[in-house]
Amino acid sequence: MARTTTTARRTGGFPYLLVLPAVLLFAAFVVAPGGYALLLSFQRRKVNGGLLGGGTHTVFAGLANYRDVLGDADLWSGVLRMLALGAVTVPATVVFALLFAVLLDLERTRLKRITRLTIFLPYAVPGVIASLMWGFLYLPATSPIGGDRVDFFGQVAVYFSVGNVAVWGAVGFNMIVIYTALRALPAELFESARLDGASEWQIIRRIKVPMVLPAVVMCTLFTVLAALQVFNEPNTLKPLSNAVSSTWVPLMKIYDDAFGNSDIYSAAATSVVLTAAALAVSFVTARLIQSRVQQEAA
Amino acid sequence: MTATAGVSAPPRDRTTASPAAYRPRRIAILPTTALVLGALYCVVPTLWILVAATKSRTKLFSTDTYTPSLDLGIVHNIRDLSHYQGGIFWHWMLNSFFYAAVGGLLASLVSAATGYALAKYEFRGRGALFNTILAGVLLPQIVLAVPQYLLLSKVGLTDSLIGVLLPQLFNPYGIYLCKIYAQSAVPDSLLEAGRIDGAGEGRLFVSVGLRLMGPGLVTVFLLQFIAIWNNFLLPYVMLTSDDKFPLTVGLYSLLRHGAAEASLYSLVITGTLLSVLPVIALFLSLQRFWRIDLVTGALK
Repeated sequence: MARTTTTARRTGGFPYLLVLPAVLLFAAFVVAPGGYALLLSFQRRKVNGGLLGGGTHTVFAGLANYRDVLGDADLWSGVLRMLALGAVTVPATVVFALLFAVLLDLERTRLKRITRLTIFLPYAVPGVIASLMWGFLYLPATSPIGGDRVDFFGQVAVYFSVGNVAVWGAVGFNMIVIYTALRALPAELFESARLDGASEWQIIRRIKVPMVLPAVVMCTLFTVLAALQVFNEPNTLKPLSNAVSSTWVPLMKIYDDAFGNSDIYSAAATSVVLTAAALAVSFVTARLIQSRVQQEAA
Repeated sequence: MTATAGVSAPPRDRTTASPAAYRPRRIAILPTTALVLGALYCVVPTLWILVAATKSRTKLFSTDTYTPSLDLGIVHNIRDLSHYQGGIFWHWMLNSFFYAAVGGLLASLVSAATGYALAKYEFRGRGALFNTILAGVLLPQIVLAVPQYLLLSKVGLTDSLIGVLLPQLFNPYGIYLCKIYAQSAVPDSLLEAGRIDGAGEGRLFVSVGLRLMGPGLVTVFLLQFIAIWNNFLLPYVMLTSDDKFPLTVGLYSLLRHGAAEASLYSLVITGTLLSVLPVIALFLSLQRFWRIDLVTGALK
């Protein structure tokens, strides 16, 4: 893509006018809530003594909230569960998306249109609705897939059950992204390889997959980001099973602190910690992947 | 595959590939089967919900799970659901479409304006703004829902349409896509020609920029429409009055009540079915407008 430079002649304030809505929205709904959460995380409510409950007032708490949050076993087990879930969802989503994309790209595969569309469809089903559907499939009383014999909410099984809902919703979109990248590859890339007697499998492994690695990378990054913010699936399955507690993953814990215990100060501190951790993880992932891609390309 | 006659691959023990010289139109059985299995996995929950929704309350937990009920259970279920709290379910459906359509439209316009400015103008702070937006793509937006609620409750905007709509209008990924698209779809020469003809910058943006960015904007709109349609946590924390709920929050609240009275389960199942159908229909009809190559083309 040719980079074009534009002269700033006679444009005056117009570009500022164009970016103004986005800047305002960013300030109001990203910077301000973030700043406010930061402020709250250093505060605490103090009850004025007296048995008949005097009022309460807010005091500066320093790092006390952070100390409590980071020392909270509940949060750490939530983080572990989130990681366990991510260990299921991220590889499964990316591997199946890549697999289906490669299969769709094969010359002699049939039923491409219908299968492509069907696998893409769950993307338009909200996580909550998907969890409801799968939830009733898991529920012993209504399960058509042997929920009365298999405990889908068992100690280990629950991670696969919750992860399955997330994978079900995410594979299609990622498949389309990778498939589109595959279709954009010039055919002559493979022609010469075929003439040299390369098998279809070798072409996939040596040419196609390396060429679409950037698309696979982007899918991985988005899947990781989604895994860090997991909330909808476990939260929706919670009323159907005792296996999911109200603080099952970090985001559920934040919600529970803020609205269950009315402790917005802890919720704010946890939000700050989770946001920072998620940003760090996604930056590191992006970096790692970037350097890997450059190595592959070299 | 063009039959590369005369060039025979070295004999290999492969399950899928056979020398194409023999039967160039052979169907690849294994890949096709794998795709069909994948498609089945994706469609099974919907099919099952369809079957479950045909069952009346009592039958849901008693009849064999595979057999649909043929005594018009689904008609009763839809009627029960429509009567539930004075037809609130259909409110939720409308709300969902309202949030997604209006939010998607406004978010696309904001993204288009910002992306166009970043691509087509040099101005102070452009680099910083673009880097901020790139970082914004990596920002876990859902985590912000609770702080956004805390802040909006300070100014009394919670439990309002605005509280659900506004936070979803800033879409860094959409801005990024619009910038990439404007760079490739809006030629500078055309803008220059317009300037020579005396067109103002505003008019150029609307009649040249937006028009040429059209196909890309449809994709940005669809991406944001689905993101808002699928969103749960933000409306869930923002809204308390159930006539403002979108479908996701409404059905979830119905499920929560269902934990207390199992008869509501069949309403939840019917509601789930009804909420999936329109979006599938919408999806199929808008299929042609997806420009996912824009998403992948954004990769360097």
